[in-house]
Amino acid sequence: MDAFTLLQPVSTWDNLLSFWRFEDMNVLWVLVGSILLGMSASVIGAFAFLRKRSLIGDALAHAALPGVMMAFLLFQTRDPLVMFLGAAASSFIGFFLIDWLPKNTKIKPDAALAITLSFFFALGLMLLSYIQGLNVENKSGLDKILFGQAAAMTQDDIRLLGYVAITILITVTLFFHKLRLIAFNRTYAITIGMAVNRYELLLALLIVMSVVVGLQLVGVVLMAAVLLTPIAAARFWSGELRSILILSAFLGALSAIISTQISYIAPAMPTGPWMVVSLSILFILSLLFAPQKGLLKRFLEHKLLRQKVAEENILRTLYKLVERNKIAQLDFNHSDIQALRSVPTESLQKTLKTLCRKKLIESSSKGFRLTQSGLELATQLTRRHRLWENYLNEHAELTPEQVHNQAERIEHILTESQEKQLQDELKNADSDPHGNPIPSQTSLTEGKN
Amino acid sequence: MLTELGMNDIWIIATASLVAAASALVGVFLILRKQALIGDAISHSVLLGIVLAFLLTDSRSLPVMLTGAVLIGLLTAWLSDTLHRVGKLQSDASIGIVFTLFFAIGVILVSLYAGQIDLDQECVLYGEIAFVPFDTIYIGGLESGTDIGPRAFWAIGIVFVIVLVSIILGFKRLETIAFHPNLALSLGINVVFWHYFLMTLVSMTTVASFDAVGAILVVALLVIPASSAYLLAKSLKAMLWIAVGYSQAAVIIGYSLAFSLDSSISASIAVSAGVLLFITIAVLQVQKTVMRRKKVAVIN
Repeated sequence: MDAFTLLQPVSTWDNLLSFWRFEDMNVLWVLVGSILLGMSASVIGAFAFLRKRSLIGDALAHAALPGVMMAFLLFQTRDPLVMFLGAAASSFIGFFLIDWLPKNTKIKPDAALAITLSFFFALGLMLLSYIQGLNVENKSGLDKILFGQAAAMTQDDIRLLGYVAITILITVTLFFHKLRLIAFNRTYAITIGMAVNRYELLLALLIVMSVVVGLQLVGVVLMAAVLLTPIAAARFWSGELRSILILSAFLGALSAIISTQISYIAPAMPTGPWMVVSLSILFILSLLFAPQKGLLKRFLEHKLLRQKVAEENILRTLYKLVERNKIAQLDFNHSDIQALRSVPTESLQKTLKTLCRKKLIESSSKGFRLTQSGLELATQLTRRHRLWENYLNEHAELTPEQVHNQAERIEHILTESQEKQLQDELKNADSDPHGNPIPSQTSLTEGKN
Repeated sequence: MLTELGMNDIWIIATASLVAAASALVGVFLILRKQALIGDAISHSVLLGIVLAFLLTDSRSLPVMLTGAVLIGLLTAWLSDTLHRVGKLQSDASIGIVFTLFFAIGVILVSLYAGQIDLDQECVLYGEIAFVPFDTIYIGGLESGTDIGPRAFWAIGIVFVIVLVSIILGFKRLETIAFHPNLALSLGINVVFWHYFLMTLVSMTTVASFDAVGAILVVALLVIPASSAYLLAKSLKAMLWIAVGYSQAAVIIGYSLAFSLDSSISASIAVSAGVLLFITIAVLQVQKTVMRRKKVAVIN
């Protein structure tokens, strides 16, 4: 690096360019390391999530802190492997404690998690403050593992991180089927004679490992999010575990790229929080816009259904009006409809307009009248409604008073084949429990002609 | 022993003991309502509340900080709940997503405005109880007024009184909600209101403890003494008393520990609370084994 460049103000853009040109070899290392971490943590976090232990990563990351400090105190070195083993050991004790407390005492699982987390963290901080009071070398960077600092990582750190992350990814791929079975149906896995305990231990080991190598990059406090948020986001996109895992690995990698860049452009910024923020943004986007389970999609579907129900209700009301007037009158105005079904005038007008546009009804000076296609649809709905009433009355032994509301809901979603099935099931498919005739596909149409 | 202690030590111990007592009282309800994790979450997100309140108003007065923290605390509780219902996520997962995001934003803001905010990343975690005595309140101007004691002491003092009064006034309702949430519902008690009321108390306790013990160690004080009490107590009143007792013991042991090891006071207090809990569990386990042996002996 040329020392003179420091004298000129460096724009963010230049910085970004130099990041992607990898002028600094270290940048490439950090980037690769964090991508690997993002991927492995998201994948292993997915299994913790499926076992309904989403916050286990939080507790384990906090539990690693005293191990790091103890390792440093005992060996007075910052060798990555020593730190790693210390952290993994104390994380594992934490894991055991979280499991042991609810099984052997009155303490509930959530409290056990909070107790372990806060106790180990306090112990770690106590040791850290003790170390800072001591006169030893190398102690300056220890507190970086609280929030993570990509820039503070050495090549040895990154190499270890890479090895561990790749080990995790390979192990998960190898044991994918077994881990999936345990995650979704633990009892069945036991029944078919799988060594569930051994695999759970393996899973715990993998979680501990990924949490521990993540500490320097993301930090103790926020490691939980790197395990948890990607899977929570990926879940909105698919229902199949393999694609969820691939997607969450991708999200983890993406957030790693974003946060390493920010940390490079502004070195004072801790990497961990930015990783969490970018992950959260990805989560929010998934929550809102995912094509299958996103909120927007669900909202639109809901709205469409409500509109359909409103339209169909009006059609059926018109049908009933025709029926009551013995087909003598075919045109009805607002108040006729509202007398039979209480709809606010405003929404009634809107629905009627839509129905006119769809040519299911036509309006004239005398009022609204069902068209041929409208009449067919209304007949079908009425038939389904009354068939269902009949069915409930006959087979579920509900009284005629009870059946109407249920039929009111089901008429909109019954399919043709279900309708046929109902018709075959019922003995007297001529009239509903209230005594109204169940129209066949053609009855009323014929009568009108 | 008192003769060896200077005025500063007394202020520190008094502040720590109020922090511990207030946290223990609130913690009892968190443990009983199985909401230890939301306590954890709120104590993290309060950081964002404090930073935002400071950036918006440029003041560090108690009412401003309390308002900021309470708003963010309630937002955390509400968002976690909403995410759980609307996003169909497990409730602990939604808690985890919300509080890590808030905490991350808080830390980023702290490092962005490091020069302007009297906060740094470490103090977020440890608190700086050792400096508590130097930040004092003067009544009637800086020069001529009288020194009435440290800011942090008065902050947590006021919150402690609020917590105590709320518990005394709402005791019957809190008791019903804690032990029989369904009965409470059928009696027409507004469970939602009391839930958010409890969250308000948690947020206030956390923010007032912030100066003294930091955001995360307050979790230890919320959860650990209350859990010890949960193992021993037979009634809510007993549990509250025992929790406070444990918390005060932790303060005294922790302070001497920190004194002899020259370690962080707040961390040492939290560690002592944990050690006391583990001793309690050990004693109970031994008692259980002895009882079992006796029973076996009687049968034989």
